[in-house]
Amino acid sequence: MIGRPSVPRSGWHPATVVANTPETTSAARLELEVEGWPGNAAGQHLDVRLTAPDGYTATRSYSIASSGPATGDVTRVVLAVDRVPDGEVSPFLVDVARAGDRVEVHGPLGAFFVWQPAAASAAAAGSGESDAAGGPVPSAPRPVQLIAGGSGVVPFVAMAQAHADADDATPFRLLYSVRTPADVFFAPEFERLVSASAPFRLDLVYTREAPAGWPMAPARITREALAEAVLPASDAPLVYVCGSTGFVERVASWLIELGHDARAIRTERFGGT
Amino acid sequence: MQHLDGNALAGALAEFLSFDVTTAIARCNGCGATDEFARAIVFTSPAGTVVRCPSCDHVLATLVESGDRAWLGFSGVSAIEVRRG
Repeated sequence: MIGRPSVPRSGWHPATVVANTPETTSAARLELEVEGWPGNAAGQHLDVRLTAPDGYTATRSYSIASSGPATGDVTRVVLAVDRVPDGEVSPFLVDVARAGDRVEVHGPLGAFFVWQPAAASAAAAGSGESDAAGGPVPSAPRPVQLIAGGSGVVPFVAMAQAHADADDATPFRLLYSVRTPADVFFAPEFERLVSASAPFRLDLVYTREAPAGWPMAPARITREALAEAVLPASDAPLVYVCGSTGFVERVASWLIELGHDARAIRTERFGGT
Repeated sequence: MQHLDGNALAGALAEFLSFDVTTAIARCNGCGATDEFARAIVFTSPAGTVVRCPSCDHVLATLVESGDRAWLGFSGVSAIEVRRG
């Protein structure tokens, strides 16, 4: 079911950094091998805990860029972490963490900001269920509109990959607001997803610097640009919005003004700017 | 203070509760609205976490952690609907 998918139970797990590679000028892609990871649904997050030699701990939440069931005792989890200046955890993960470093992770967390392919959703729902708004589950899967600001795209690469892996026929669109071409997360993955057989469309909005020849001058997204780039309310899409608190609240209020059902909009704010 | 939303509560509350809090539905004592905790407005500070109703801003819940103890308050919630399984 769409509203409350069945997701693995969370817990604390020891994890080892397997790889740390630059993702953008300010972010790194981290592959972790997590002992006893139970698998996760696309869109879930985890908490990373670092412990200093004196016992001081710092914990932060990160969206998971990968998804899938557990595959044995040790499972690979992919994160993409943006460096928060003066942060307690992200500068370590982006600039310091190397293969072999150990951290602790708590997860998978959150069943709200999750998308699962129709087969998995139906299996989780059984029959005669109702959705989050209390209505009957639609017989056809609802089209999905994803809207990301900056590093808010991380859960969406997991959702789009799950959609492609299942060869799911649900129409999927991603509107991705990003500062410059160098700030695009998962650029090669999205290029592949666009040409995969599952229907997926990517619309990029550059806010500070656009590639040469780009038809639009760089600018923050407006209500009008949003209206043009997202599935119309008449298609009754499920809409997921992830980004800074300001971005998410601006976009969510415009979606309501454009006639989208508030119950069909799922938001995840990560604070910041 | 920059706020977050109830998705950010998932890890902290999974330490104490056996259900996923983001999809649990709370009824607000202030206005009677029912919403998933994920839709709540969450303020965090070194002193603790305050969860507010997205409809009326009433305080739904508080979380204060110190060393090996935590204090969980649900002063503004009259009921929580939890899905079994």
